[in-house]
Amino acid sequence: MKHRKLALIGSVILAAAMVTGAFAGEAETLKIGLVCPISGNSAIAGKYITHGVDTAQAELGGKVTAKDGTEYNLEFIYMDNEAQEDKTVNVFQKLIEEEEVIAIVGPDMSKCALAAGPIAQNAGCPVVATFATNTAVTEVGDYIFRACFIDPFQGKMAANYIWGKGYKTTGIMYNNADAYPTGLVDAFKEVYEGLGGEIVAIEEYSGSDIKDYNVQLTKIASAEPEALFLPNLLGELGLQIQQARSAGLTCPIVCGDSADTPEVGEVAGEAVKGVGYVSAFSAESTADAAVAFVEKYTELNPDELPNSNAELAYEATMMVANAIENADEVTREGVRNALASIQDLELPSGKMTMAEDRNPIKGGVVMEYDEEGVSHFVEAVAAD
Amino acid sequence: MNYFFQYLVYGLQLGSVYALLALGYTMVYGIVGMINFAHGDFLMIGAVGTYFIAKAFEGMRIDGTYPMLIVGLIILIAMTMTGFVATGVEAIAYRPLRNKPRMIALITAVGVSMFLENFPRALPFIGPNPRSFPTLFSTNVLKIFGATVTVTQIIMIVLAVITMSILYYVVNHTKVGSQMRAVSMDKDAASLMGININRVISITFFIGGALAGISGICYASAYPQVDVYMGSWLGNMSFVSAVLGGIGDIRGAMLGGFILGIAQIFATALNSTFGYAVGFIILIIILLVRPAGLMGKLVIEKV
Repeated sequence: MKHRKLALIGSVILAAAMVTGAFAGEAETLKIGLVCPISGNSAIAGKYITHGVDTAQAELGGKVTAKDGTEYNLEFIYMDNEAQEDKTVNVFQKLIEEEEVIAIVGPDMSKCALAAGPIAQNAGCPVVATFATNTAVTEVGDYIFRACFIDPFQGKMAANYIWGKGYKTTGIMYNNADAYPTGLVDAFKEVYEGLGGEIVAIEEYSGSDIKDYNVQLTKIASAEPEALFLPNLLGELGLQIQQARSAGLTCPIVCGDSADTPEVGEVAGEAVKGVGYVSAFSAESTADAAVAFVEKYTELNPDELPNSNAELAYEATMMVANAIENADEVTREGVRNALASIQDLELPSGKMTMAEDRNPIKGGVVMEYDEEGVSHFVEAVAAD
Repeated sequence: MNYFFQYLVYGLQLGSVYALLALGYTMVYGIVGMINFAHGDFLMIGAVGTYFIAKAFEGMRIDGTYPMLIVGLIILIAMTMTGFVATGVEAIAYRPLRNKPRMIALITAVGVSMFLENFPRALPFIGPNPRSFPTLFSTNVLKIFGATVTVTQIIMIVLAVITMSILYYVVNHTKVGSQMRAVSMDKDAASLMGININRVISITFFIGGALAGISGICYASAYPQVDVYMGSWLGNMSFVSAVLGGIGDIRGAMLGGFILGIAQIFATALNSTFGYAVGFIILIIILLVRPAGLMGKLVIEKV
């Protein structure tokens, strides 16, 4: 009994000490949530995303200074959504209600952002999705932003690139069970056919479980297109590229930005040579901000170069930090308003301005894999 | 119809994976009377295991390919390993529940399946990331009737047929086989006749596991990407194949696997959106006409 009493008194004293400690000049801590697939099918993307946010953290030094001169400590909470909608919803609820974050960075996928967006919107918590390129993501509400360009822009870039290379006919194979490929295909069709190109074969498959694309690719090969557009997900592309080559499709292949990881080349092997893709960012870019970012990133992660996932996670984090700095008052609402009015923020992918529809206005690049499975910068595409 | 043979080859390729896996489903059902939903995950154990075994033998590669002897050894080790995993699963998870109602064993099987997927995922050296599967078989390409056929595809199809024949022989013409059939008819009576039921069931699971292991190697050679979740969807497809052919019948599993594989490929060729749904439509039609499956005999259970 006596011991218990002692322990009780001890813990009261300890708690009091902690409370007074907080008042004794310690800066207030702002929490920022990061939601990305740390495990699961898309864990590769999650690795780059966490490294990108690590880089942003290192650059900020764990602190931001608000407009009124108050200094805040930043605490980042990394949460795993396994690239699944239901898990994203749970993680959002946890971050908003329990951790009381000021803003959320992520998720990276359109389907997850679409599922969890309404929760953040209703709670009034600003979200900057990193790689959610589907148009509908920011239409959820005025608290939802994104760091990447939108699907129509990617589809447009791919269409412009293929047309610009002089390929007048294209075949498409895409996953009809995911919002990302369908969004890209719609935009691609509109722009490519508008330019005068002809889509000679369009084949679908339903979902990521399917690993056999031989039939679809054989049918496309029989239509003899001059180029093949594969706007599919990361885990699917390696096998598709390999099967396309063995089905006799020798034409150039162009993918969406999901092809932007070295693992695609690892699965596809030699077949990856000459495969192009549209992307947000290239580590080979020569802009000052990009060079500085790549330097910092490789300093923290000596064995890898940042890809678009890493760069967009970095940019999303910097956008939130910038918004906290420029907010009239450091609340969720204040940060939202500041995010909405970002102008000419210097980022690795160039100057970024937040548009009225909460989509950033920024440029992109076209990349191409060499025979080693390393991608190289081909050309830059400016914001339109 | 130019592509008829090409599609047939693709269908046989997919079908041979279903068939090999369905053999395991059907054997376990035929002899123990339970549906082992974890069977698809034995395929994953086989494929992921082979990835690591092949890595261990990496030093013995000549010009980037493994010599035939080493490939044989890798397959043998992988099959034995998967066989022992299956036997272990049976001994730990299913044996204590053998005399309980069937529903309990069924739910346990679902639990084992989840465990087999998520435990390797949690291990740091395996993890959730998809990996590129090493090239074990020759990637040479042949032209037959205008269709492109790889050596891997031929090996897969031939392997499936040979394995089924051996299995059919073992079950029908050997001592172990007659013990299996006896256990399948009546466990208690078989036990009274001096048959060691535990041993027979362990052997059944070992064979089923080894077959799943080899189908994992085949599948990963045709679609060279392995991850811990690859087994669940394939397991479902093979279960459908086994039911289609008449679960419990070895020839039926084979037939069901090839029918489903070929049907899915041809249906995809007609309309890629509905390709995989067609497999299930065929299943429903066949079960409406023949409720016990193509080769199955309808057994009316007396209560």
